[in-house]
Amino acid sequence: MSEQNGTSEHQEHAHHIVGPLVYVVILIALLIGTALTVWASFIDLGFWNPIIALAIATTKATLVVLFFMHVWYSSKLTKLTVGAGIFMFLTLVSLTLMDYISRAWGSW
Amino acid sequence: MSDTIVSLPDQSTARIPKMNYLTKENGILSWLLTGDHKRIAILYLISLSFFFFIGGSLAGLIRLELLTPQADLMATDTYNKVFTMHGVIMIFFFLVPSVPATLGNFLIPMMIGAKDLALPKINLLSWYLYVIGGILAIYTMAAGGVDTGWTFTTPLSTHYVNTNVLTTGLAVFIAGFSSIFTGLNFIVTIHKMRCPGMTWFRLPLFVWAHYAASILMVLATPVVAITIVLVALERTMGIGVFDPTKGGDPILFQHLFWFYSHPAVYIMILPGMGVISETISTFSRKRVFGYTAVAFSSVAIAVFGFFVWAHHMFIMGISNYAVLVFSLLTMMVAVPSAIKIFNWTFTLYKGSITFETPMLYTFGFMGLFTIGGLTGVFLGASGTDIHLTETYFIVAHFHFVMVGGMLMAFLAGIHFWWPKITGRMYPEKISQLAAVVTFIGFNFTFFPQFILGILGMPRRYAAYPPEFQILNVFSTAGATILGVGYLLPVLYLTWSLKYGAIAGNNPWQATGLEWQTQSPPLTENFAQMPIMDHEAYDYEWLENQERKEKEVASAG
Amino acid sequence: MPDSPAIHHEAAENAHAEHPAYLRHHFESTDQQADAAGFAMWLFLVTEVMFFGGLFTAYLIYRNWYYPAFVAGSHQLNVFWGTLNTVVLISSSFTMAMGVWCAETRRRRGLVLCLIFTFILGLGFLGIKTIEYREKIEKHHVPGFHYSLQSFTNPASDPEIFNEYHDKPLAPDMAVHTELYFSLYFLMTGMHALHMIIGIGILGFMIFRARAGDYTNGHVTFVENFGLYWHFVDVIWIYLFALLYLISRHGT
Repeated sequence: MSEQNGTSEHQEHAHHIVGPLVYVVILIALLIGTALTVWASFIDLGFWNPIIALAIATTKATLVVLFFMHVWYSSKLTKLTVGAGIFMFLTLVSLTLMDYISRAWGSW
Repeated sequence: MSDTIVSLPDQSTARIPKMNYLTKENGILSWLLTGDHKRIAILYLISLSFFFFIGGSLAGLIRLELLTPQADLMATDTYNKVFTMHGVIMIFFFLVPSVPATLGNFLIPMMIGAKDLALPKINLLSWYLYVIGGILAIYTMAAGGVDTGWTFTTPLSTHYVNTNVLTTGLAVFIAGFSSIFTGLNFIVTIHKMRCPGMTWFRLPLFVWAHYAASILMVLATPVVAITIVLVALERTMGIGVFDPTKGGDPILFQHLFWFYSHPAVYIMILPGMGVISETISTFSRKRVFGYTAVAFSSVAIAVFGFFVWAHHMFIMGISNYAVLVFSLLTMMVAVPSAIKIFNWTFTLYKGSITFETPMLYTFGFMGLFTIGGLTGVFLGASGTDIHLTETYFIVAHFHFVMVGGMLMAFLAGIHFWWPKITGRMYPEKISQLAAVVTFIGFNFTFFPQFILGILGMPRRYAAYPPEFQILNVFSTAGATILGVGYLLPVLYLTWSLKYGAIAGNNPWQATGLEWQTQSPPLTENFAQMPIMDHEAYDYEWLENQERKEKEVASAG
Repeated sequence: MPDSPAIHHEAAENAHAEHPAYLRHHFESTDQQADAAGFAMWLFLVTEVMFFGGLFTAYLIYRNWYYPAFVAGSHQLNVFWGTLNTVVLISSSFTMAMGVWCAETRRRRGLVLCLIFTFILGLGFLGIKTIEYREKIEKHHVPGFHYSLQSFTNPASDPEIFNEYHDKPLAPDMAVHTELYFSLYFLMTGMHALHMIIGIGILGFMIFRARAGDYTNGHVTFVENFGLYWHFVDVIWIYLFALLYLISRHGT
């Protein structure tokens, strides 16, 4: 029966229950991250402001995805699916932006 | 042409199996509330055929208008509406769902040894969304149509037309979700419901092709959904995102639109390629050459297909750098398609080829898709594209790949699996005739359009210079022949439902799990869960099984 | 025998051994069913990523084109409310994750409590959003509805914002692009809020089912998969908060 679908899913979520301790730690990390990003936004760091804000946002999002959404404990297939979604989003944004950045007209 | 691989049971004693998915339950509700993937496939087939004939009639009107250089059959506004609705209906309500929603729905669970798709209710929802979208599209036609072209380019569609852009957009939005749910269902099913022994590399290539197309459906369609939302808001509230007078960029619309619409063409063609893999193997009695290459090239087409969308925008105002990058990427995407054509051709080499109707359509596909694909290379090269874009060359190119390619593959598949779906064979002679008529009609219709394009006739014009008339007349004459070619199957396939020969389990002596069970199949597909213990397209295994069966029959 | 003897048949002895009521007939086991449902939910979330992706693309492009206008527009957003909303949503993700744990460990009352907290926090988020939107309406910063350029061509007329940022006045032809900023603001936060509303609706339904014990009998799939949806909505907000509220606080 384990060959049911041709792959063996050892780290199946149903068998690994993520406990409250992990969630509390992640919650605290997210709240610290929020405080950090708001504090950083009050300081004028020039072009670093967007970079820091997005870096912290990505860290927070990663924590939510990995631990609240259990991707850390999930199968390779789930991880691949998440990766594919992110990759496709980045493709849309970057190839479109590539056009706009390289135009000689239209920017202020 | 006298050879045939068709092997039917003794017609005097053969009967359609009493218990099958068609007889399991009766009444209209058992169809409208079904979860059975096979019944849903039939529902799709009926509604798809309906939309195909509407779209085809619109094509007939286009060709009639183009018989004369003047815009004399209809007003130019009306002509704009006719070609727009032709495009919208043919693309969103015929081509995108055609093979996946009918043959894919019917066959994928059977090919992988499952009882149904993973999410039967979502499957039914997909059909209802399709029907609702379709009804909206018909309402749009009744309410005066839309005349922007199926590409809804801004700012024309957002500011300068007073036709039914919103309802058409809504129809496409809803149909898009139908497509997303179908693709989602296929991906989950193929990953999670293969029977024991059915490893990835034992799957029929039909399944691989649908898997690749499903990835495209899931990842690309949402972008056109948000694009339609933006167009609707721009049109109703003037948010300015595509409006140059408010600082918006109309090209942004095109980026977002083509981000879906280019992968959409691969959504349309990949399932057809899946059909071709099956038919070319069966009618050459030979396993597909280079199975792994064909499987991986399906996925490669899907992945690379995401990176090339701006080749529809070379003349629209994107930067020269972007033109360069997208032209280069477009050259790359041609490679996996070519690999498939090579592999299919090598499948034919030293095979035992017979010319039943599905094989005739398959040969048609091979030739016409190759021509269409090669002309795509001319268009991918930005230097030549500048001259050929927005002319009839483009129209010919996409009709060669979509009609000469995809529609032929669809017909090949319908004929190939008709015995499995209905339990009856279609009449061979008239169907072969229809295939030849279609091929001839197609070439007469669309080959002149390549020449017209090179000579400079623009697309989407009701009136044209008189020197183009002769080629247009050829094209319309061909369209008439093509119409006959498409009408014949409707007639004889319907006839076969009552009078066709009883097909038996495996009239084509094909490999594949779907052929190892009764025709029409049981609702649960297999009496018991099959176990896959041989490679795909294993004709030796099939011969062994048939030999064993004969031994058992003669011993018992 | 309808199937040809060519295919092997698995012995049918374990076909009806364990057959919970919620196991659908086309699945062989509850594991397979749960697996498939979870994977389907992830695929749906991927479509949502691409759906929002178009909006993020538009925002990034226009922020690059009309930077001063987008900075001025961003200054109109209240970082206090935005931060509070972020904290509220992160907390609701925590309570939702705890709810999933309760379902998995069959704690019926715990699950109901967690779902109720998530529901309340979700409503709280929408309440704060309403406060923010009302402010925009009062200041005539809603595109298409008597949109006013006053705050941007004459920042001193908006003392609250002016005291914090001391923005220079924008030229009128740049100031008009603030309307584009607010279009994207309402689009992105509105689309996000719509997803929240749908989520809260489903939460309400779930609270009733949870009280009846429907999710604490081993069949946790619905709660689990809804949790994925809820966390996804949180992730979108994390990025919206950064992009709309935080990155443009210091203009040129």
